[in-house]
Amino acid sequence: MVHKKAGALALMAALLMSTSAMAQDKRELKYFADFDPIPLAAFEALIVDFEAANPDVDVVLQNFDHEGYKTAIRNFLTTDSPDLANWYAGNRMAPFVNAGQFQDVSDVWEANGLSDSLASAKASMTIDGKQWGVPYTYYQWGIYFNKDAYKAAGAEVPATWDEFVANCEKFKAANIDCLTVGTKALWPGAGIFDYMSLRTNGYEWHMDLTAGKIAWTDQKVKDVFAQWARIQPFITANHAALEWEDAAALMVQGKAANYVMGNFSVGNFKAGGMTNDTLGFMPFPEITPGIPRAEDAPTDTIHIPSGAKNVDDAKLFLAFVADAAVQTKLNTALSQLPTNKNSTVPADDPFLVAGFEMLSSAHALAQFFDRDAPAEMAKAGMEGFQEFMVKPENLDAILERLEAVRAKAYE
Amino acid sequence: MSTYWKANQRRLAPWLFLAPGMIMFAIYVIIPIFQSMWISFYDWDGLGEAVWIGTANYVELADDPEFYTSFKNNIIWLVLYLLAVPAGLLIAIFLNQTVRGIRLYKSLFFFPFVISQVVVGLIFTWFYAPGFGPIFKLTELVFGQGTAILADDRYVTYGIIAAGLWPQIAYVMILYLTGLNNVAPDQVEAARLDGAKGWRMLWYVILPQLRPATFIAVVVTVIGALRSFDLVSIMTAGGPYGSSRVLSYYMYEQALSEYGYRMGYGAAIAVVLFGIMMVFISGFIWKMWRDETER
Repeated sequence: MVHKKAGALALMAALLMSTSAMAQDKRELKYFADFDPIPLAAFEALIVDFEAANPDVDVVLQNFDHEGYKTAIRNFLTTDSPDLANWYAGNRMAPFVNAGQFQDVSDVWEANGLSDSLASAKASMTIDGKQWGVPYTYYQWGIYFNKDAYKAAGAEVPATWDEFVANCEKFKAANIDCLTVGTKALWPGAGIFDYMSLRTNGYEWHMDLTAGKIAWTDQKVKDVFAQWARIQPFITANHAALEWEDAAALMVQGKAANYVMGNFSVGNFKAGGMTNDTLGFMPFPEITPGIPRAEDAPTDTIHIPSGAKNVDDAKLFLAFVADAAVQTKLNTALSQLPTNKNSTVPADDPFLVAGFEMLSSAHALAQFFDRDAPAEMAKAGMEGFQEFMVKPENLDAILERLEAVRAKAYE
Repeated sequence: MSTYWKANQRRLAPWLFLAPGMIMFAIYVIIPIFQSMWISFYDWDGLGEAVWIGTANYVELADDPEFYTSFKNNIIWLVLYLLAVPAGLLIAIFLNQTVRGIRLYKSLFFFPFVISQVVVGLIFTWFYAPGFGPIFKLTELVFGQGTAILADDRYVTYGIIAAGLWPQIAYVMILYLTGLNNVAPDQVEAARLDGAKGWRMLWYVILPQLRPATFIAVVVTVIGALRSFDLVSIMTAGGPYGSSRVLSYYMYEQALSEYGYRMGYGAAIAVVLFGIMMVFISGFIWKMWRDETER
């Protein structure tokens, strides 16, 4: 009896020791992320590569639902912090940086020459002169259009804003929506505003506006909306009840001609039956002549929370993700654009090629209205844009309201 | 110890049995209420330092057009939602028959209450959907131009309430059906001998006996209207441009949603909503207390 007990104890001890020895073999790197299925597969492949290059690190990826993550991150950063966490660049990361929840990773940028290779995304990763994360992908915004709808209406692909507006009359005659959008989730409307603003008054002005330095009642803001008002009657009616996917369906069906969207929508267009022959892409046309061309390019990023336990390996991971070859492979799988300028994009995807070209020659990159402006301003702004597209006659009241929000949101 | 226990056993036992429930109630209901009130005096983004700002959140609320839109919508909800009570009674009376298969008909009428509010919201969103929704098609047929109810700030709240009424009527109906089972047949018989029928029978004989059912139906409907959140969230997310918000949704938006980082302001809205609910709840409790003591 006594012997049995001792034997069992020894066995237990042996088991415990072997498991703890195994755990010591590999250093755990906890990574919280919010990937949809396709990015998840791409990142699982990336993690396999990383573990092959660093056999003594065990990356434990915990994936969250994309929308749920936005709430979850606020909890887990303060309670059960991972070593790595996904988030977004620009003003979106400011609350976490200012609250001391993200670590300064300037040394990773320094040691790996990222200031050069990730130059296009550096500004959006910098707060107080320090970098707070590493970008791994971005995508372009622009106008996607249905070539068949252009044929049906007898319209030419426009080179200028005036031509674009003139086309709208032709589309109207053919009973096609010139521009479609689905603003139920609000953000698609902000894409149109961003381009109206960037093309009318330029990047620097737009950034001043989203940074709260310009009054919403300013004449230059009204100029932006004056241009927008020219196409407002030709935007899909009832867009406030449509999701962005519903509007994409309208374009697939040829009921709408143009769509200001991000490159992720290409998957939807193609799933709906469009091909490289019927789906077209163009940069948003110039409105005010001579203004340097800036684009929207929302950047997805990885950060090290302040509560991280395995900071050394986390930095190793960031450096790995920033690498040109790694980003090439990752973004090919994501069908998005690498942020490393030495990476390449697949030549057989005309939308990625066009996007890469457009972004690398751009004067500057904005993140997107809801990432450039603080949350409170973004929400109020996007509601205002939606209301303007339904009731343009309310413009003055909308701008008054936004100005009131500006007074509070930037304290 | 044991002598004290023996002497007071009968007095202490009920409290011991109540203790687990009371502790839970305190932890999950009472204490959070006071915490919300406490937070409502702070400016706090949920992450950084909370700053004491006194009543500034309430001052801002008193001056916030979004708040009044939400408040107005809550009133509309409250008034229209109460239609579920007479509608449920009507259906219950119609269904209170003894024919073959009546159980099946009853359960079919009860069906909308069984499915999740989220599903109800999605179904009605499709009804209203521009382009292919049957309601949209109907308005197109009648008026020549289709109306997308959820995209129009004039109709959107009514559209959501209609969706909410569907399961709520079913709920009220089931309350009345069980109530009707308990209507004393001898009283109905006696009334019939005295020549009562139709409306007079309903009003003077049946309805008084249904009072407990009516009370519960009104209580659940009022509370249901005030905490309406899921349908608003699913069908419009408060849109278009905030015109279908209700207080509970506005609170969520300010404190917890993607663009909300204002715990204090959200808590202030919660406190106001709590105050409104308290008016009704204390009314109900007072009535229950009165009924019990009168007996």
